[in-house]
Amino acid sequence: MKLKDILSPFYVWKRAFEKPYSINTLTELRPGSPTYRGFHKNDVSKCIGCGSCAEICQNITIDMVPVSETKDGDSGLRPRFDYGLCCWCALCVDICPTGSLTMSNAYTWVEEGLDKDVRETYCFTPGVDEKHWENEELGYHRPDEYELLHLNRLPMPHLPTEERITSFIEMVKGYSREQAVKEADRCIQCGICTATCPAHMNIPAYIKAIREDNIEEGLRIMYETNPLPGVCGRVCTRRCEDVCALSHRGEAISIRWLKRYLSDSVEGEKYNQILASEIKPQNKTVAIIGAGPGGLSAAYYLLKMGYSVEIFEQNKAAGGMLRYGIPEYRLPYDAMDKDINYIVSLGAKLHYNTKVGKDISFDELHARFDSVFISTGLFEASKLAIEGETLPGVLYGLNFLEDVTHGKIPELGKKVLVIGGGNVAMDAARTARRLGADVVVIYRRREIDMPADHEEIEEGYEENIEFHFQAIPMKIEQTADNRLEFIWGNAEMKQLEEGKRPVPVMIEGSRESIIADTIISAVGQSTNYHWMEGEAIANIKFGKWTIEADRWGKSSDPKVFVGGDIFNRVADAISAIADGHRSARAIDSFLQSQTE
Amino acid sequence: MSDKYPPIVNGKSVYDLESGKYLKMWQGPQHPGVTGNMSLELIISGDQIVDCKTHVGYLHRGFEKLMERRRYINCFPIVCRICVPEPDTNEYLFAAAMEDLMGIEVPERAKWLRTLNMELSRLASFLMWIGGQSGAFGHGTVAQWALAHRDFVLDLFEEWTGARIYHMYTTPGGVRGGTPEGWDNHVERVLQGVEKFLTEVNHVMFNNAVFKSRAVGLGIIAPDMIDRFGVVGPVARGSGIVRDTRKDNPYLIYDQLDFNIETETAGDVYARAMVRWKEMHQAISLIRQIIKRMPRTGPLHITLPNVLHLKVPAGETYVRAESTRGEYGYYMVSDGTIYPRKITVRGPSYSHAMALLEHLAVGVNIADTHGLMLSLHTYPPEIER
Repeated sequence: MKLKDILSPFYVWKRAFEKPYSINTLTELRPGSPTYRGFHKNDVSKCIGCGSCAEICQNITIDMVPVSETKDGDSGLRPRFDYGLCCWCALCVDICPTGSLTMSNAYTWVEEGLDKDVRETYCFTPGVDEKHWENEELGYHRPDEYELLHLNRLPMPHLPTEERITSFIEMVKGYSREQAVKEADRCIQCGICTATCPAHMNIPAYIKAIREDNIEEGLRIMYETNPLPGVCGRVCTRRCEDVCALSHRGEAISIRWLKRYLSDSVEGEKYNQILASEIKPQNKTVAIIGAGPGGLSAAYYLLKMGYSVEIFEQNKAAGGMLRYGIPEYRLPYDAMDKDINYIVSLGAKLHYNTKVGKDISFDELHARFDSVFISTGLFEASKLAIEGETLPGVLYGLNFLEDVTHGKIPELGKKVLVIGGGNVAMDAARTARRLGADVVVIYRRREIDMPADHEEIEEGYEENIEFHFQAIPMKIEQTADNRLEFIWGNAEMKQLEEGKRPVPVMIEGSRESIIADTIISAVGQSTNYHWMEGEAIANIKFGKWTIEADRWGKSSDPKVFVGGDIFNRVADAISAIADGHRSARAIDSFLQSQTE
Repeated sequence: MSDKYPPIVNGKSVYDLESGKYLKMWQGPQHPGVTGNMSLELIISGDQIVDCKTHVGYLHRGFEKLMERRRYINCFPIVCRICVPEPDTNEYLFAAAMEDLMGIEVPERAKWLRTLNMELSRLASFLMWIGGQSGAFGHGTVAQWALAHRDFVLDLFEEWTGARIYHMYTTPGGVRGGTPEGWDNHVERVLQGVEKFLTEVNHVMFNNAVFKSRAVGLGIIAPDMIDRFGVVGPVARGSGIVRDTRKDNPYLIYDQLDFNIETETAGDVYARAMVRWKEMHQAISLIRQIIKRMPRTGPLHITLPNVLHLKVPAGETYVRAESTRGEYGYYMVSDGTIYPRKITVRGPSYSHAMALLEHLAVGVNIADTHGLMLSLHTYPPEIER
């Protein structure tokens, strides 16, 4: 043993004269670091209650509980944390698609509450239950460079612009298998889309089927709520995508294109085999007036329930607005026919070129069938109600599109004006563009107010369609060289009523004009009930626009049901399909009650 | 061997407790710390251990089984808990195994940050050990200094990763964020403090007659025992074995760093302590090198396919890294579903704390058992994954 080894340890005394490491002020709270993973915060104004936080939590710390304050596109639930279970891994913060969930750097929580249930004491709903760290700026937030979600959608291949303005070939090419699986993988399966879809399609389930490459299962899931998936996979107004959880920080899942992928992946002949189910025949008959999406949907579900169905259609083919309102480059006829043929193959009897009220009376239908479903749609174009509307060369969007479908292509001339901002206006404008005209769209509100699909507007720009906004039509005049002069006044947007959208108000003395060869008016559409005559309508109550009915579409005559555009006012295909499905169940319930 | 040892028949000690010559004594399991949550069944004669049986299972949380029923991303917060004082090796290896099966190469910057994370964590783990080792021999002052410095390192972790103990920083696909601004200076300040502390340790512990008299010659591991008992890491290096995963199978960016394998030859507690003391200096040097050379811009993370339903391609892999206890390994088997089929965690503590300890404990004075256990630097959760 060396002397050094005995003396050396006394070195420790040197420390006695140094500042101690420990702090004496135990009462002073040392704040957590600026990125400390402390207690949770939730910005409830951003939170949509998608439940991804609860899904990724490996400790089951998070329960989704109902709250009173909610908003559109919101599940109505908020995450509730049980701090007896949390391990502060912050995966919930990382995956939050809206970025509403964060953490503060607070780590002390003293509660007087020994008399309370422990689960109540240590459970709280951030953002709803007030806590002292609620306004703490510091704490863990997902770093910018680090992302668990794929926020960008897979680009959909399109026909090049030069090619598409010269033809009516479908411009969207559709996803390949690899692309669809990749896109489906982005889904976090929150189901907010399902809640928003008028037909409540089980979107997460069929997206899962795509991901697992189980096309047949996907098709079956789609048909549970929508018998026209090939159509909706192309032209659906897709409110599901508007509320998609991923759309808050990135791009929504391409739900529509995935639906189309499923439908396109199965040959029409195989539908019967894949979707086969046991049908119990019922000894009852149902008449359906109008073979649009509403009528076809009702027919499908009634046929599956075993009823005999006859559809009365004034045109020579089924599809309604899908066929006569939507141009072929958006919805090719063979894709639509695939869906319709399957419905017909189940035994629907279609009477084409049969207008109720002319070729067959409503009375007769009412007497012959056990129930009648009316889904005639909005087939009348609204008037512009300005001077010169009746001049030759002034057309209506609906009639124009119908003529094009029938192959009767009108002489448009070089320059075409389209008046209106809805989907019909865009369809008319882009159809006219494909027929070789230069097109100008005139709309009385701003671009952001346009009811048309934003994608269609963008594509319109790509196709060199010109837009004039805040233009209020004044009159149409015929020029000396037999062309048309359209005169409008510029408008400014005024907020007349709180909570409603601003209204365009004409600026005094403003006057603009443009010369064109054809003017297509597409400012809305309506319907009429002149065809409903006879004794049978005695019990039916008519409202201002529509037949009065309950939420199931049941009119005051228990036998008569309504659905589609004449009923729901949203006037899109998926709402009509939802109406058809819902009324089919109501009809079933009515007919069953008749049997007993 | 003196006659106080019971006779060995068929490899087992045969003793008669009724004879009054032997006493059975249990050490543990009553303490949540390093030595206490496994238990030693000691047969002593006088104050000398004549036989030792190790009993584990008191800290069993079934990590491996838990992971078989959790999605991959949900295993990520679990793995760090397999080793409390040095969780980052687990985080890295879990991520590396997954990335290996998925064929993912993480960005360069993430590799540097992962290495930095592991080295800083190595320093924290050794500081914990030095506290235990000195405390076990009655040097409470050194233990307190060590844990204070460890807390300063944890402060760095808190500032960097948002947590002190379970950093959950190395995610599959990369790392969770860059280093905060001004953090490098904080690191340097802490490193200088640790360096000063290591000098003090040299004075107070390594050149201490008491420590020397207890540690030198205690628990000697002969080189021929190394492979027989699966000895790795500083324990092996204390017996003169030149073996370090960072050099033998370089991973991350270790092949770009300048360091040597530190060894001692005596194979006793003192030699192992010396190896660790040198390796703390080595860790400090590596941290400085990394901070000086690591890229400051560039991606940190590759977004994996949606983690909520991520499937890892079927296959199996073994990945390894050098922890403070030696080679740490993850054997991962995937059957192509969203759950791992099997993850086996090869923690070095398993072989060190059980078979090796049973062998080394015989003949040791009962007062030195803790010192011996600590010198093997075992972490019980790692034994009982």
